[in-house]
Amino acid sequence: MQTEDLKLKMMAQEKIKSLRNVPMHYCPGCGHIIVHRLICEVIDELDIREQVIGVAPVGCAVLAYDYWNFDVAEAAHGRPPAVATGIKKVEPDKIVFTYQGDGDLASIGTAEIIHCANRGENISVFFINNAIYGMTGGQMAPTTLIGQSTTTTPQGRDIKRNGYPLKVCELLSVLPGVVYIERVALNSADNIIKTKQAIKKSFQIQMKGKGFSLIEILSSCPTNWGLSPAEALKWVEEKMIPYFPLGVINYKGNSD
Amino acid sequence: MKVLISGNEAIGEGAIQAGCTFYAGYPITPQNELTAYMAKMMSEIGGTFIQAESELAAINMVFGASAAGARAMTSSSSPGISLKQEGISYLVGCELPAVIVNMMRAGPGLGNITPAQGDYFQATKGGGHGDYYLIVFAPNSVEEAFELQKQAFDLADRYRNPVLILGDGILGQMMEAITINSQSQRTSLRSKQLTTNSQKHWALTGCKNRQPNIIRSLFLKEGVLEKHNKKLQKKFAEMQEKEVRYEKINIEDAEVILIAYGTMSRICRGAMQRARKQGIKIGLIRPISLWPFPYSVIKEMACLNKRFLVVEMSYGQMVEDVRLAVEGKSKVDFYGRGGGVIPQEKEILQKINQISKCKLKT
Repeated sequence: MQTEDLKLKMMAQEKIKSLRNVPMHYCPGCGHIIVHRLICEVIDELDIREQVIGVAPVGCAVLAYDYWNFDVAEAAHGRPPAVATGIKKVEPDKIVFTYQGDGDLASIGTAEIIHCANRGENISVFFINNAIYGMTGGQMAPTTLIGQSTTTTPQGRDIKRNGYPLKVCELLSVLPGVVYIERVALNSADNIIKTKQAIKKSFQIQMKGKGFSLIEILSSCPTNWGLSPAEALKWVEEKMIPYFPLGVINYKGNSD
Repeated sequence: MKVLISGNEAIGEGAIQAGCTFYAGYPITPQNELTAYMAKMMSEIGGTFIQAESELAAINMVFGASAAGARAMTSSSSPGISLKQEGISYLVGCELPAVIVNMMRAGPGLGNITPAQGDYFQATKGGGHGDYYLIVFAPNSVEEAFELQKQAFDLADRYRNPVLILGDGILGQMMEAITINSQSQRTSLRSKQLTTNSQKHWALTGCKNRQPNIIRSLFLKEGVLEKHNKKLQKKFAEMQEKEVRYEKINIEDAEVILIAYGTMSRICRGAMQRARKQGIKIGLIRPISLWPFPYSVIKEMACLNKRFLVVEMSYGQMVEDVRLAVEGKSKVDFYGRGGGVIPQEKEILQKINQISKCKLKT
């Protein structure tokens, strides 16, 4: 891991071609900043910037195209997997990915993600799970934890009223069309490196034409959680990871 | 080559000849023959056919395919078209071309599968959220459906805006003879079109040797959305100027003018011929483009003191546009039936006779 650490440090000093050199609108401590950067680092490392087509969600990350320096389409809320399907069918040699939050992917877009995975579309999905609706000001997400208070669950998420936090990776892992599913987190340097490796593996699987992969990334939203950035990372570790266990959930075949 | 073909299949054939390489749809009656035709043809020509998980997914797959530069289409019938409205609004906002076919059935709600014209408002006044229009063509024969479908793709690309073909169950199901190109003509037409597709400078094809392209409809900075919307409005103004289409029959000496579109215009034509035999001076204006609507010709006729009878398979939707065109200068009558009931020639003739008598009295 030490060499990886060093590599990461060196990368941080280099200019990332896939990332525009502009200030981001995200709040301090927001995980989107890290994931945007990791995706761009991987794209540079694989030298695929000119082949990549990204699909941005509705949510805080809709403005991803202001930061990514490659082709991007916006999609209606929850529809990125359908839009990506259309793009990939027309441009099968391009590297297509969607970037979606928990409201986008696991609530309003549940049908689209299940069927996209079930068709085994050869795309990569980066699913940012921060257990809350960020852009609209902190409402309950499908992944909001039991007891977690939000503006729409002021007394905390009650399973009798709101049901259970949705485990997307486990749900999709039973589908035969899925090649690779892993859940990672951004709470520590180690886990950030693992996140980057997972993103890379997902792209490599697509480049080899193997099929559908999804990386769920547990991420923090200090603003809407009412925590400091440091406390938020601790919350990911202590509250989110026990409910959403990390690791490879489904992997068929060797990507190498 | 002459072939006997249903309206649904003719629309599919028109799309194939226009270089459409992507179709996504969801089953709904009465347009299933079109979906089946596209499934068969796309595998023959090496295009993409997807039976989507929902109408929402279908229109968003079309969005993706169009964003990547393909000529893409979807089709459905009334309840399904309602579901697609979100995607249609995004297509307009993102300035993406697409062709959408609505073979209308009777509503509201699930209604039933009989033919109707109850989606006129939805089709011509935008349909989804935001300020926008689609070019809307209403063919009244299989041959015309075939021709308009081909033109729809050209216009969608020219304006970077979706075009809607509005038919009904009768048009979709009935069979008529049309002339289609031979296999070799078809292949050369298609390859020519595919070259044009690859020249879409705005499409998402990977940013090799160019700046990245962004497809978006979100504009947050003050004034930017207004600027974007003004650009869209300028396109709509140009469509209003250039894309109005209609047919007029027996107008010169007419005292009463029937106005009807699609299937209804064929029945009105029969009623007109019967009324002429009775000596009634009657004509017919058939709007082919429902948006942009042929306001000018109707206004012109109103100024000549001609009277109008609008007939629709609805309780009166297009009649509102006719009244806007007439601006109170003449009298506008309406006859329509809904719920999938089609006004018959003799009912229309009866109404013509009433109006005609009324006219004699005044």
